[in-house]
Amino acid sequence: MSQTILNNDSLTFAEKIISVKADGGQKIHQAGEIAVIPADMAMAQDSTGPLAIKVFREMGVQKVWDPKKIHLVIDHSFPAPDEKVANLHILIREFVTQQGVRLVEGSISHQHLLENHVVPGMVLFGADSHTCQAGAIGAFATGIGSSEMAAVWASGKLWVRVPESIKINLTGQFKKGVYSRDIITHFIGMVGEDGGNYKSLEWKGPAVKNLSISSRACISNNSMECGCKLSIFEVDPATQDYFKTANRKAMLEIHSGPKAHYKEEYDIDLGTLEPQVWGPGNESKVRAAGEFGDDHLDEVFIGSSTNGRYEDLQVVGKILKGHKVKAGTRCIITPASRNVFERAITDGLAETFLQSGAVFTNATCGACVGTHLGVLGENETCLSTSPRNYVGRMGATTAKIYLSSPATAAASALEGRIADPRRYI
Amino acid sequence: MSLPPPSTIIRGRTWVWPDDVNTDIIIPFRFKARTNDPVEMAKYAMYGFDPEFYKKVKPGDLFVAGRNFGGGSSREQAPVAIKYSGVAAVVAESFARIFYRNSFAIGLPALEVPGITKQVFQWDDLEVNLEDWTVKKVKDGKLFHALPVPDFLRGLMREGGLVEYYKKHKNFPWEQVRQLA
Repeated sequence: MSQTILNNDSLTFAEKIISVKADGGQKIHQAGEIAVIPADMAMAQDSTGPLAIKVFREMGVQKVWDPKKIHLVIDHSFPAPDEKVANLHILIREFVTQQGVRLVEGSISHQHLLENHVVPGMVLFGADSHTCQAGAIGAFATGIGSSEMAAVWASGKLWVRVPESIKINLTGQFKKGVYSRDIITHFIGMVGEDGGNYKSLEWKGPAVKNLSISSRACISNNSMECGCKLSIFEVDPATQDYFKTANRKAMLEIHSGPKAHYKEEYDIDLGTLEPQVWGPGNESKVRAAGEFGDDHLDEVFIGSSTNGRYEDLQVVGKILKGHKVKAGTRCIITPASRNVFERAITDGLAETFLQSGAVFTNATCGACVGTHLGVLGENETCLSTSPRNYVGRMGATTAKIYLSSPATAAASALEGRIADPRRYI
Repeated sequence: MSLPPPSTIIRGRTWVWPDDVNTDIIIPFRFKARTNDPVEMAKYAMYGFDPEFYKKVKPGDLFVAGRNFGGGSSREQAPVAIKYSGVAAVVAESFARIFYRNSFAIGLPALEVPGITKQVFQWDDLEVNLEDWTVKKVKDGKLFHALPVPDFLRGLMREGGLVEYYKKHKNFPWEQVRQLA
């Protein structure tokens, strides 16, 4: 039956993977139905894990269902910026020792799993909204809260509603200075903050083959900002190459059927996109980077699970090389993983960053979450490559946050205002 | 400390909130990342709109909100902060996906009523009926039917969330989902 489901012409990615995983693949589950599926992997981090541990203990469960499939990641505030955070980190380490589950400290969970663990066709539940990043390699990956994570730890299963799907057809080629972050910012600007709520996004079309796995990960990660449940790039030759190099094998390669039903369909011609900026605050619109005036930037933050990958830092290095960050603007660069950090140090990128006057930090979520390494003060203005421009996200409620690609952020750091990166490329 | 499961009929005055109230407004990351205590979390409820909200809210108050309430982060601390601040139920035009799941998981009544913000205003008294899954405006008796949710989720919420449910049944409510779907 599973093979029949996988070959079905009229099912979406979400319908196929849920149908195959639930009840041993005996029945087709269509959009709107509820099913219970087993987890292949479960992840919680240092701001959701402590509450999940508390709930797990309050439930009275003694042992997790499968310690090898459970990852705890200390990433949001690493290393601990104060005693309160440090004590929650201790709680995580004690739980890890007690239950024999996996622990990583000092890489962002989504990037760590992408580099080392998650594979196509897997079901990943993460107590972090940006877990949907792993859709970039064709995994069912979605965010849940702490109590449901405790239930997954206890039972290895969770209920899901089969989502409706949205198809986005990508065509054309990027103009100079435009990147995958500009696609997703443009898309969110088009559909709004709840435009993908409860939905599965399927990124399709001839332009997908030109997007690297890192570029796809940026899109799948940031898709959360329109509320989606899944954000999927199906397995293609680029995915297969990635896993061959990583020496990991797909569980399943799932392709939506050619007659699958989509609730909405969109076309984006990459050739029409300009460098995009979203902000400040979540009520504002997306505009082209060239449309801004001379408003001073107090901080530029380049990093996060959305845009802290090696290919992002390479673009930033090219723009910063031989230039200086504008006096009066802090430029903070934070890699997404230890692996990215090490590569940037060995290949000279770190030196470029430091010579430009930027701060280059350890791998962590960093300034994105407003606990450390670049907290914004009253009325400060920041341009960031992190996923969220919410009021108070990075510090003071009165601070303004704009979001852009790493290239736009690097160019803006040099000018101390929001700048079009094409002048430097 | 845990709170008792919600009553079947909840009456209270309403706080009305706009569209797209995200979880960083409900409880900023920098506060929720520094505590595991729900009573402490409640002190930061709705901080992004009003840092003094926790002093102004009364036990049994209700929330009425626009579209996409609770968008953004997966933080369960958001519905926990609301619940422990004393708010008895949230009625919204729509909820963000993870916030909605979390509300059931912790036993905070969350009802979707499209159009509610055009009919209900700040301080109106409402009656939320968890048996009928309806919302009534006390002043004129106008009745709103919330969008239906599967029985197993309503049962979970009425028993007070996953901790209480698991302690009582030693299983999770979706384990019988084949019959319930």
